[in-house]
Amino acid sequence: MPTPCLIVHNGQAFALADVPCIPEEAFRTWICASTTAGMRMIALWCVQGKDRSMLYGLLAHDKNQSLRLCSCLVGQEYPALTPECTQAHLFEREIFEELGIMPKDHPWLKPVRFPQTSHHPQKTIGEMDFFQIKGEEIHEVGVGPVHAGVIEPGHFRFQCQGEKVKHLEISLGYQHRGIEQTLCTATASMRRHLMEVASGDTTVGHTWAYCQSMEGLGGCKVPPRAQAIRAIALELERLACHIGDMGAISGDIGFLPTSSFCGRIRGDVLNMTATICGNRFSRGLLRPGGVAYDIDQSMAENLLLRLDKAWKETDGALQLFWDTPSVLGRLEHTGMISLETALDLGFVGPVARACGLKQDVRQNFPSPPYDAHTIPLVTGKLGGVFDRAKVRTKEINHSVAFIREMLTRLPKSSIMAPMPSLPAKRMVVSLTEGWRGEICHIAQTGPEGTLAHYKIIDPSFHNWFAVAYCLRDEGISDFPLCNKSFNLSYCGFDL
Amino acid sequence: MLANLLLTRKRQGSHTMAYPHGPAPVLPQRFPGMPGIVADLCMPDCPAPCIQACSTEAVTRIDGHIQIDTGKCLFCRECEQACPCGAICFTGQHRLAAARREDLIIDSMPTHGPAAKNINATKSFGHSFALRVVSAGGCGACEADVNVLNTLAWDLGRFGIHYVASPRHADGLLVVGPVTKNMETAIKVTYAAIPAPKYVIAVGTCAVSGGMFLNMNECNNGVDTVIPVDLYIPGCPPHPLTILDGLLGFLGKCPGLE
Repeated sequence: MPTPCLIVHNGQAFALADVPCIPEEAFRTWICASTTAGMRMIALWCVQGKDRSMLYGLLAHDKNQSLRLCSCLVGQEYPALTPECTQAHLFEREIFEELGIMPKDHPWLKPVRFPQTSHHPQKTIGEMDFFQIKGEEIHEVGVGPVHAGVIEPGHFRFQCQGEKVKHLEISLGYQHRGIEQTLCTATASMRRHLMEVASGDTTVGHTWAYCQSMEGLGGCKVPPRAQAIRAIALELERLACHIGDMGAISGDIGFLPTSSFCGRIRGDVLNMTATICGNRFSRGLLRPGGVAYDIDQSMAENLLLRLDKAWKETDGALQLFWDTPSVLGRLEHTGMISLETALDLGFVGPVARACGLKQDVRQNFPSPPYDAHTIPLVTGKLGGVFDRAKVRTKEINHSVAFIREMLTRLPKSSIMAPMPSLPAKRMVVSLTEGWRGEICHIAQTGPEGTLAHYKIIDPSFHNWFAVAYCLRDEGISDFPLCNKSFNLSYCGFDL
Repeated sequence: MLANLLLTRKRQGSHTMAYPHGPAPVLPQRFPGMPGIVADLCMPDCPAPCIQACSTEAVTRIDGHIQIDTGKCLFCRECEQACPCGAICFTGQHRLAAARREDLIIDSMPTHGPAAKNINATKSFGHSFALRVVSAGGCGACEADVNVLNTLAWDLGRFGIHYVASPRHADGLLVVGPVTKNMETAIKVTYAAIPAPKYVIAVGTCAVSGGMFLNMNECNNGVDTVIPVDLYIPGCPPHPLTILDGLLGFLGKCPGLE
């Protein structure tokens, strides 16, 4: 008999009472059987109760384009899902660290973020039992939290045999600011500010997911023009980051022309965003109910001209990149991730697509305007640096075409709808496709219609393990290149 | 191959910036720069919705006068929209950096930006200033715009300012982020590793005051609650021009300020 899970839709709220609560054993069977059958774990989270806590599992069936939700009650401990469902490993570690609920027999129960209120016995950041390989030929390399470049902090521990990396362990948490914990008590306007900085280079992705969750709960219908402007901002964000990263990849292999060109063109794209809302990182643009800034006819024309110019320059810079044999030599067969690994560990976004997985929120679980204006889904084959760079190059092309279409045909409507107050005891799952991949926000209201629980899952939460994994048996000198082909967010993971 | 490279280079064209000898890059019309208060329009008996509108306690009323602490300001314009008298307005002025924290507080229309110059730093490092950049809870946006100054058009190196990979090679520390509890030790250790004389620059509103992370359990309220700060550059994130202007002002190299 199939498990009675609830089919949910992106951005549409449902009553908390509608979520089936099944026995712990049945929940376990449901998760393990579904993930073995190819479903993907979007989220596993726990809402603490008085004696027992509610454990929720959200799975995606990417082929059927459906989202499934189920729950069970757990006490202070329960048998870990991880031994049978690898995708759950980090979620279970998170639940233990935050709430002290013990997933028994978890094979890798290490700290995640080292919050001040941690329930993990290892509470001090930097003091962790790192996995070690012993042997005369093995040496250990520790990097971070402060890195040589201008990037976010994190600790990387390599176990190397000669030049070869045998194992890489990544320990994060240095950027932990406590965003999730603060959200439920913050004012509405403060919540929006916090969402904008959940991961600062994905401001639109996260703020859209947040706005969509509030609109879903409140039953607010966003005007089409606002939806279009949001999508323009989201694709501009993707464009800026992909172009910047292509430049950075180019820089890390010492191919300076494309590195120099892309570094500058990225700025031109950020400046287009600043033309719309005054800020290069879209701060203040999205609000629950719509957007705060309109794009009038003359601005749209101006943006189109600048988009065409930026596109021509990017195209030239990237063609040069892909036409250079020495570049291809460095990209091919570097930082490989197999399709099986991507499925087992539940990777998302361009990382998963580079392995050949057809997985994109804009295609699989689209919210307007992506339901009517589709963006082609780009996949790679082999899942290495080459494919990740190729996927990103193609996504640049598609985003440009999409923005062009949106700017030429902006729907005529208002840009803001009134935001009703939130009803009691409801829940919503809100997904957007940020440039790093699937962003998931889950909001739940309490008996008084205030926010009772809020969960954020940045794509980096799924994908950091991919960085560690792709370095196995790779030369340590290729770490910068491999890392850059992902360019994951530290603060999105740490929150 | 070579021909292709040269042709692409030619097509990209020249993007040399006129600044600082010529005009600064034009900022967009909607860019929120230094805020100002028109004292005549601000009524002492006003219920001051601007104070409630601010999420970060940047707007306060002292002796009946509204003040904005740009060191706490997210430049979100909520106070400007809330003001019933039109007394608050955000100008397009990019100059925001100040050497003293109290100079970031404004209560009138700005005539010129705050003073950023540090005489000792100018003497010691006016010609060559090596900075160690550390993110301590930054969201990635300030890092990105600090990095942008190293791209070819901005070309930070032409001013003798460069980012270095070790604190031992540095003359100063540039910090972004409010300094999370988990980065506190790392910041102190990095600071201690820089040989004296050394200067600390806080970039971004959360580095200046904690910003939106004000009084959150996992964060400190800005860099100066952990180590002494010599230059404050507010903004969320500050525009690259604001950061550059602040650095140049600090070293006494700013156009129009010598």
